[in-house]
Amino acid sequence: MLKFCSIFSKSKSKNLFLLRSRTKSTSSSQSSPAAYTFSRRIFPYSKHSSLLAPASISRVPPSRSFATDSEARDSIEYDVVVVGAGPAGLSAAIRLKQLCHQKGADLSVCVVEKGAEVGAHIISGNVFEPRALDELLPQWKQEEAPINTPVSSDKFWFLTKNRAISLPSPFHNKGNYVISLSQLVRWLGAKAEELGVEIYPGFAASEILYDTNNKVIGIGTNDMGIAKDGSKKENFQRGVEVKGRITLLAEGCRGSLSEKIMGRYNLREKGGAEHQTYALGIKEVWEIDERKHQPGAVLHTLGWPLDHKTYGGSFLYHMKDNQISIGFVVALNYQNPFMNPYEEFQKFKHHPAIRPYLEGGTVIQYGARTLNEGGFQSIPYPVFPGGAIIGCSAGFLNVPKIKGTHTAMKSGMLAAEATFGVLNEGLDMDMYWKALRNSWIWDELYKARNYRPAFENGLIPGLALSGLEHYLLRGKHPFTLKHGKADHEATNAAQLHSPIQYPKADGILSFDVPTSLHRSNTNHEHDQPPHLRLRDPKIPETVNLPVYAAPESRYCPARVYEYVADEHNQLKLQINAQNCLHCKACDIKDPKQNIEWTVPEGGGGPGYSVM
Amino acid sequence: MKIMVAIKRVIDYAVKIRVKPDKSGVVTQNVKMSMNPFCEIALEEALRMRESGLASEVVAVTMGPSQCLDTLRTGLAMGADRGIHVDSTSALHPLHVAKILMNLVQIEKPSLIILGKQAIDDDCNQTGQMVAGLLNWPQGTFASKATPSKLKNQAFAPTMWWGFPKDKSNMSQIGKKEYTHGTMKSLIDVVLDKEKEEVTVDREVDDGIETVQLKLPAVITTDLRLNQPRYATLPNIMKAKSKPIKKFTPQELNVEIKSDLEIVEVTEPPKRKAGVMVSSVDDLIDKLKNEAKVI
Repeated sequence: MLKFCSIFSKSKSKNLFLLRSRTKSTSSSQSSPAAYTFSRRIFPYSKHSSLLAPASISRVPPSRSFATDSEARDSIEYDVVVVGAGPAGLSAAIRLKQLCHQKGADLSVCVVEKGAEVGAHIISGNVFEPRALDELLPQWKQEEAPINTPVSSDKFWFLTKNRAISLPSPFHNKGNYVISLSQLVRWLGAKAEELGVEIYPGFAASEILYDTNNKVIGIGTNDMGIAKDGSKKENFQRGVEVKGRITLLAEGCRGSLSEKIMGRYNLREKGGAEHQTYALGIKEVWEIDERKHQPGAVLHTLGWPLDHKTYGGSFLYHMKDNQISIGFVVALNYQNPFMNPYEEFQKFKHHPAIRPYLEGGTVIQYGARTLNEGGFQSIPYPVFPGGAIIGCSAGFLNVPKIKGTHTAMKSGMLAAEATFGVLNEGLDMDMYWKALRNSWIWDELYKARNYRPAFENGLIPGLALSGLEHYLLRGKHPFTLKHGKADHEATNAAQLHSPIQYPKADGILSFDVPTSLHRSNTNHEHDQPPHLRLRDPKIPETVNLPVYAAPESRYCPARVYEYVADEHNQLKLQINAQNCLHCKACDIKDPKQNIEWTVPEGGGGPGYSVM
Repeated sequence: MKIMVAIKRVIDYAVKIRVKPDKSGVVTQNVKMSMNPFCEIALEEALRMRESGLASEVVAVTMGPSQCLDTLRTGLAMGADRGIHVDSTSALHPLHVAKILMNLVQIEKPSLIILGKQAIDDDCNQTGQMVAGLLNWPQGTFASKATPSKLKNQAFAPTMWWGFPKDKSNMSQIGKKEYTHGTMKSLIDVVLDKEKEEVTVDREVDDGIETVQLKLPAVITTDLRLNQPRYATLPNIMKAKSKPIKKFTPQELNVEIKSDLEIVEVTEPPKRKAGVMVSSVDDLIDKLKNEAKVI
């Protein structure tokens, strides 16, 4: 351990504890050990303090406002830092610890997670293919993983306004299970902690730390306790630097740090990848009448209410305990700026073939998240100096299968194996890229690569090619179709389309956004700077509103963006950041890419438990 | 001087509550649980007292099944020195909690017990008062902040003062403890006179603020405006893992968990009906008389 300290520690410290995770003080504070953590958090006031302290008091020190950069942060060191406690992150952590036990090595692994608890930000369909879990934890059944509803039926319907036409199911879900991914991730978290992984929920990684050679040396968590105007509140807490010899980014689709890293190191160009394309998935979990409940029943639909130019569809999976997952996925390269994916979902629930399932039931939870649809063509080179990107942050979702959990987990495991090689045997992280290319992830994604791009020309050509692929070609053709425009560029100007009239929510099958949002258990500390940043604050009123009729007020499933009339009766953008579901749709779909999703104070966001 | 803080693990305040289909209670399975917000405030107050040198040790106590250890660890991460877990899988009502606390007091001998005024799941608001009654200790409930203008020569006065400064101009001679916490500056006076060990509490009551002075040992229950609890930092969470937690069972503490209460039924409150616009005063009177039957 001491050897690692001298080689890898960048800052000198007077106190080197011989613990695996060392806390070092990088500030020149003279605090005594007893008051160690508290006294460093004694900060002077913000600029408003003059209002609080009467000038006549000589005892009061002059108020000064400090820029947060100038205050040093505590720094903790690990061998491996994983950002995100999702399937990929936890699989990587578990695999690392398994390798340590096998080879008699000892690596400290830390997982930071922005959700209030492990699983709080996890949402997915989910029909789970246990392929990766079988490799990671073969005893999962004996260890009571929450995977106990095998797929019992697999239906595929094409919907028109009033009818449902049964089509042959393109999926092979035999051997798969209907699960709640949030529950599974919770279980994985418990397994990881048993193996000695340190998991810290409630801490949001907001910045990447670099050394002088442009190598990633870890992450920094958010400062907490900053008020909306930027001043420090009573309970201000400076963020912490979590340093790692290797940093694995497992933030999920459109991860904020992953996007920055991919930009900085040009990982898309390096991998010869196209841009990533996305879809927005909105989901509800219902508890339905037990007579209508068939555990393990899987249903997918295509067609109504989407038009033939918009790719998307629905899913309805029966879990256990009379609960069903019902959701709607819309590809974000839709053209009509008046399209409202949330309302399409609510409309869909009224279809005569769908509503019987829901009648008499109650909604338990609601949530939304974007997912990758780029597949094979969009996989970036996932290695950067000091770490790698795993899971959906890189993008391994198999679109025709609509499954990404198993590939995310496998990518985490491969990255863990490469990491172990780097830290223990001095090998190169590039091993991860090679391992990916030789794994079943690559095979699967390669075979599936042309399904989604085929829909660029519309629903019918897409379906035709899918049929061809599925029954005849099975991925064995020399060409690879390219994606169309990037999602944010695909939106047409509002004048080319007319507003869509959506039916009002009836409160029984369909609901308005505030009611649904309440069911997501979303909460943020309201007195914090908004985490949705506008690169140019004038663009919403000068471009989004006049040209595109404010699409963000429609695609956001949490009603974060509203245009409200101010005192001069001009519509101005109001950002209700507190509602945010962390789905990242705005970061993807904003026509001028003006909205930047940054991570809010840790512990905020949705509270999924059965999603 | 030792402070004991009781903390409770409850359903997180942001979670949407659902009633179980069999109406026996609310759904707690797969639901996020966290520390009762009032208990956080109580713990924060105890920690501030320790940091200003007025207390030597803060002990956090929690009661319930083994999952409560998570909440206890959060308390230790915020800064409590030791934890006590009273393991019990049966439902604990305020009187049980009070009796257990009473027996823990014989073991731990704290000078001050700080609790949240009520738990957000049952809203009982009974435990603090019952503990004080059982121990025959004075109580200062619904503790809230004091206003700065009340005191001369002080930037801020916290709610609680130690000792009773008779002569404010003498303050420079009395040992003063000053600390800044975040943006708030508090001034606590320490009277080295060990004869009078007292705490002054401002209570938020229906008709205003009532100030009481309690001789130690005493019980204080905290209200919302007392302080803003601190975040547990990552280094603290890591340190909390090695802080000692002592385990007890109610039997070891000579408390029998026998419930005198039986929950018959739990239902959701009736849904709000839509309002009705009336067209005239006569119509209003008619509706009040015949429909609502209130006149």
